[in-house]
Amino acid sequence: MSAVLILVPAFNEEGAVGRVVEEIHAAMPGTPVVVIDDCSRDGTVATALRAGAEILPLPHHLGLGGCVQAGYKLAYERGFDYVIRVDGDGQHDPNDIPRLLDALRTSGCEMVIGSRFIEGKEYTSFSRSLGIQFFRLVLRPILGREVRDPTSGFVGVNRRALEVFSKSFPLEYPEIEALVVLQRKRFRFLEVPCRIRPRTTGRSSITPVKSFYYIVHVLLGVLVNVLRLRPKP
Amino acid sequence: MDGLLNFATVLSLLLIALVLASVRRAHIRVEYSVSWLAGAVVLLVLSRSPRLVEFVAETVGIVDPPVALMLAAGCLFLLVFFRFSVIISKLRDDNVALAQRVAILEYYLRGKRDIAS
Repeated sequence: MSAVLILVPAFNEEGAVGRVVEEIHAAMPGTPVVVIDDCSRDGTVATALRAGAEILPLPHHLGLGGCVQAGYKLAYERGFDYVIRVDGDGQHDPNDIPRLLDALRTSGCEMVIGSRFIEGKEYTSFSRSLGIQFFRLVLRPILGREVRDPTSGFVGVNRRALEVFSKSFPLEYPEIEALVVLQRKRFRFLEVPCRIRPRTTGRSSITPVKSFYYIVHVLLGVLVNVLRLRPKP
Repeated sequence: MDGLLNFATVLSLLLIALVLASVRRAHIRVEYSVSWLAGAVVLLVLSRSPRLVEFVAETVGIVDPPVALMLAAGCLFLLVFFRFSVIISKLRDDNVALAQRVAILEYYLRGKRDIAS
């Protein structure tokens, strides 16, 4: 039986992280859950510990990419075969984890993305919806295929992708750039349907003011990754 | 043009004095003061050599030599800023890697503490 680790990046998610960990334990009994605390100022760590998670405590705030990569490094070092990332804000439904894991095990793809747009239309804000449409258009020629939910953080990776991501992973807004990193390695990804729930506590890290910076930053990151020389086969 | 050259001389001397004082007080490390000192010395040399400024202006095709002086100063300090961007990026990467390593070590330490207790 291959080893699976669930990673939960969290920053000031005291209100949601406990429930997320409990739901993961219910959906995946016996599977270790590591909450990567991005130096929260609230009671995120205590809440996650009470719910039965292990803690990977960052000494200072790194942002989402640095936070997730810390988890990937730990998972790679500890020899896990599969890692599923579930955000600590409660928007990802842990009941979808087995579906992601099955797809990862049976498809042979290096990465599986939980996509909210496969089974019909899912609610998302107007600005986010525009951003998703834009990045679908940008990514299509680069990846050579359509990706329906490029901003989804609900992802599973196998050990091959884990090795790559533990060495090279975008530090900010990692989801879209990570797809291009995979493409450069000629790795494959698969989208599986999942449900994204509305956020009940806390705030999104991407505010309307930051949206413009987000688009420019991600576009530049994608461009840089595309321009990098392909590794020799 | 003399007024501008004198102003550039004073500015470069002030910059040299500021950088040396900062190095002496350990506010700037010696290796990071070199770019500033080199830039300031080039500006000082240009500001004390009107013929050199005119030669540079003529070579680049600038009619007004003071503009050439300002352009040279601007280019020099752009290079300094670029060098520091490279250094900051490297420091940021090192800092992230260190923070991640500290977190992983802390994770293992907690595990050992939990087993011991």
